This record gives sequence, structure tokens and C-alpha cells, in this order.
Amino acid sequence: MSALAPIAPGLWTDEAEPRLIGGRRADGEIVFPVPDGDAAALVEPVALSRRGKLWSWTTQAFEPKEPYSGPQPFEPFLIGYVELPGEVIVETRIVDAAPADLVIGMPMEFAVVPFDDARSTYAFRPERQP
Amino acid sequence: MSDNVYIIGAGIHPFGRTDSRSGRDQGVYAVRQALADAGVEWGDVEFAYGGSAAAGSADIMVNELGLTSVPFINVANGCATGGSALTAAQNAIAAGACDIALAVGFDKHPRGAFNAKPSDYGLPEWYGETGMMLTTQFFALKIQRYMALHGISRRTLGLVAEKAFRNGTLCDHAWRRSPVDLDTILNAPMVNDPLTKYMFCSPAEGAVALVLASAKKVRELGADAVRIASVAFRTRPEGSFEVFAPSISVNGGGKPTEIASKAAFEMAGIGPEDVSVAQLQDTESGAEIMHMAENGFCADGEQEQWLAEGWSEIGGKLPVNTDGGCLACGEPIGASGLRQVYENTVQLRGRGGERQVPNSPKVGYSHVYGAPGLSAVAILER
Repeated sequence: MSALAPIAPGLWTDEAEPRLIGGRRADGEIVFPVPDGDAAALVEPVALSRRGKLWSWTTQAFEPKEPYSGPQPFEPFLIGYVELPGEVIVETRIVDAAPADLVIGMPMEFAVVPFDDARSTYAFRPERQP
Repeated sequence: MSDNVYIIGAGIHPFGRTDSRSGRDQGVYAVRQALADAGVEWGDVEFAYGGSAAAGSADIMVNELGLTSVPFINVANGCATGGSALTAAQNAIAAGACDIALAVGFDKHPRGAFNAKPSDYGLPEWYGETGMMLTTQFFALKIQRYMALHGISRRTLGLVAEKAFRNGTLCDHAWRRSPVDLDTILNAPMVNDPLTKYMFCSPAEGAVALVLASAKKVRELGADAVRIASVAFRTRPEGSFEVFAPSISVNGGGKPTEIASKAAFEMAGIGPEDVSVAQLQDTESGAEIMHMAENGFCADGEQEQWLAEGWSEIGGKLPVNTDGGCLACGEPIGASGLRQVYENTVQLRGRGGERQVPNSPKVGYSHVYGAPGLSAVAILER
């Protein structure tokens, strides 16, 4: 995976067990991603939890129009929201799961996964049993 | 509101696909129909507001309608374009600036789901590139969780779509005019789980125009008028869950629909129990279900019984989306919210023909929702 470039800089930390980077506002609310431009000065970057709970999910069965730039031929994928307790609910790809496996509230863990031949993106997968 | 404002003319260009007409020409068609219905001339219109999301500026319509020097304000407000035009036209009359105003919305979209540009919504490019910026996903994600929390079944999603197509068969401005049975709806290809292709509306074409007038003008003309009891248009509050949201607050928050709905009821001085017919944003089946609760017509989860008992059918206790809604009419963004107001005007005037709500409905409620998290509610009274 080291050969793949992140789909955008600043989305997750560069460490052995990477974490998403959120932005904490003055009122304590955390947003993801860290906003661009002048709004970036209003938040403090914070590394988010690698574990959370499935908040909702759906399938993407048809190929989105531009600006979608995923690999060809199109493969359907899963997306959802994962609640990182006490932090923020993030929208994410879901990998290593089929629709029948997914139950709202189930434990999920963070992963960096290939997006196409050149780029990686972030995702969550059902937490593996130890 | 300083003075009462009325709808005295309503015009519509049939929704769907009209290859031979541009979006703006469909708008002109709707305006002419609305003027004829009101019994006034284009030259009588003292203020005009209108727009589209993807079919150009509305004020160019003066080329066809007549160069009368009328002040014509272009409205470009995404899914709230029609609602904003109506709000502005109503305010102009209520403020005493004029006695006759026009609100018009039209659109013409290519086939397939809308493709939004991340930068237009203040979002990073990767959000679109990775395939997360689709309106259809938002509605699927919202109803998936709602179903789990409130016990709504897939069958109920199907019943909403079946009702929409059935109502569409009775409506001459609808796009989908053939019934689709429940099994076909439930077994159709999945678009975004739990929603199949028959549970989603499609981008389309169409136009709606409304002629508004002051009480004085209504008396002068002896018009067949419907009173605008209230219009409330709100954007999203802190912590709400909206379309195109890379993150949501763990602390929850309000909903623009709940806020607009409460404000509209308060201004009108009535409650949900007083409404006789409702047009609710049904981008997909789940949206109608959730919007029934968000607009105060039932508690979360009660929709399961509502649909099973047929309470939102044309003959039920609260008919919802009597013209088939977005599911049967499609969604030309600039016209969609005004279509709901058009349909309530038709119903309150008793001109619904085969789809007429029985027992002379007195109060019509309409609700539009759109990106990036806004709602407009209009209440009409007879």
C-alpha cells in the first residue's frame, strides 16, 4: 500500500495505525474533514478514534457521474456513517462486508484501502474478532 | 403578515420529457396558462420572480411574454428556487408594493442522477471523486437508520411508491401515468439499499406559474382565489443531518423541515390536525415517510400503520401527494416546489377531477426539501 498516494492530503495521520484527522471547534464540536481556507484557523486538528459504531449504511449500485473517478469497470460499493463515540459521525466507504453483514450499531474499525491503481482512500470495516 | 395575499391563477406545463420545448419555453407556457386562469393580462403583472436550476434565467421570458418593463427578479436558490420566488412575490404584495405578482419556476435536466460539483457546496474534490456526493445516497442512509430506529418495513416503502404511481394515473400533469404494483416495486433493481429504482424520483422537466394578488385585486376581479395562510422557508440548524455531509455531530440537532413546519403553522394559526390535503417532498419513498413525521402529521413509526390502512390515500384522513408527487411527476428542481402549491390550489378550488380530495378540502399544506439542507412550507386556505 506504500506505493499508493492518499486521495487527498490531511485526511488521515501518517503512522503505523493511521487515524482520521478531524477539526475541533472552539465550542468542542468536531468536524470532518478539517475545513479549507479561512475556516481552517477556527479548528484545532485532532486525530480521531480508529473504532466506532455503524450509524447507517447503503449500497452504491450504479456508477456515479463526474466528479466520481473510481476504477473501470465500475464495481458497486458500500458507504455509510460510523459514529466515533464522543467525537463525530463520519461518512465513509465500508469494505470487507456484504449488505447482509451490516447491522446498525455494530462495531467498526478504520482502514486505509486502495481506491484505484494509484491512490488510497479511507474506509471502515466490521471489527474483526480477536 | 400585514395583509392577506391570494393565489388567483395557476398554470403548469406537464412534467416529464418534452424534447421539443426548452425549459424556459415550458415556463412561458405555464405563465400564459396562469394568466388566463387568473383572468389578467401579462401587462397587469407588476412584479415577477422566477428561476430554474439548470435551464437559464427567468427574466428572458419577457421576450415571449411582452416587453412591459415589469421588474423581473431572477431567483437562483437550488431546490428552494420556486419556494423563494413564491416567498418574494407574496412579500411584495403583503408589503403593499404591488397588487399583482408572478412566481414562476421551470427546469430541464439531463437523464440520470444529479451530479453536483463539490466546490459549489464548499466541499473538497475527493468527496465527489470517491463517489460519496450523491443525493440518492443521503436519502438511503437517512431512511435506513430511520427504519431501524422506528420499525418501518420495506413493504411500507413500496406502498408509498405504489400510491404515487396510482395517483399519477389520475393526474394530467404527471409524467408516470401507469400503475406499478407492489411486487414489481419491491423486486426492482436496488439503487441505494433499501431503495429500489421505483422508489426514487428522476430528474425531469416541467414548469409552474402562480399569479398572486392582493385582497383588493381579488375583490375587483371577483377571482376564484385561494388565500396564502403562510409561507416559511428555513435553512439548516446546527447539528442537523443533511445531504452532502462528510460528518454529522454526535450531539444531534434540529431539522430544517421541523423548523419551517412549526413556523408555518404558527403564522397560519392552525395545527397539523387542521390540514385536509398535503404535498410532501418525496424525492424517494422514505422521504415521504420521514417528512410525514417531520411536518407534524404523525409520530415516528406510526407511518407503518398509516400506509397499511391507506390513511394517506386520496380518500384517506390526510391525502398525501395527490398528484403522485415527485415519484410520479419527476423533479425539475426549479418547478418542483411550486408544483406542490399548484396541486393544493387545484384541490382547494375543487378542480381535481378524478383525483379530487372529497368533502371540499379547506387547508392545503406543501413542503419542499433540498440540498444543502433547506425546507420551504406553504399553507393555503380556502
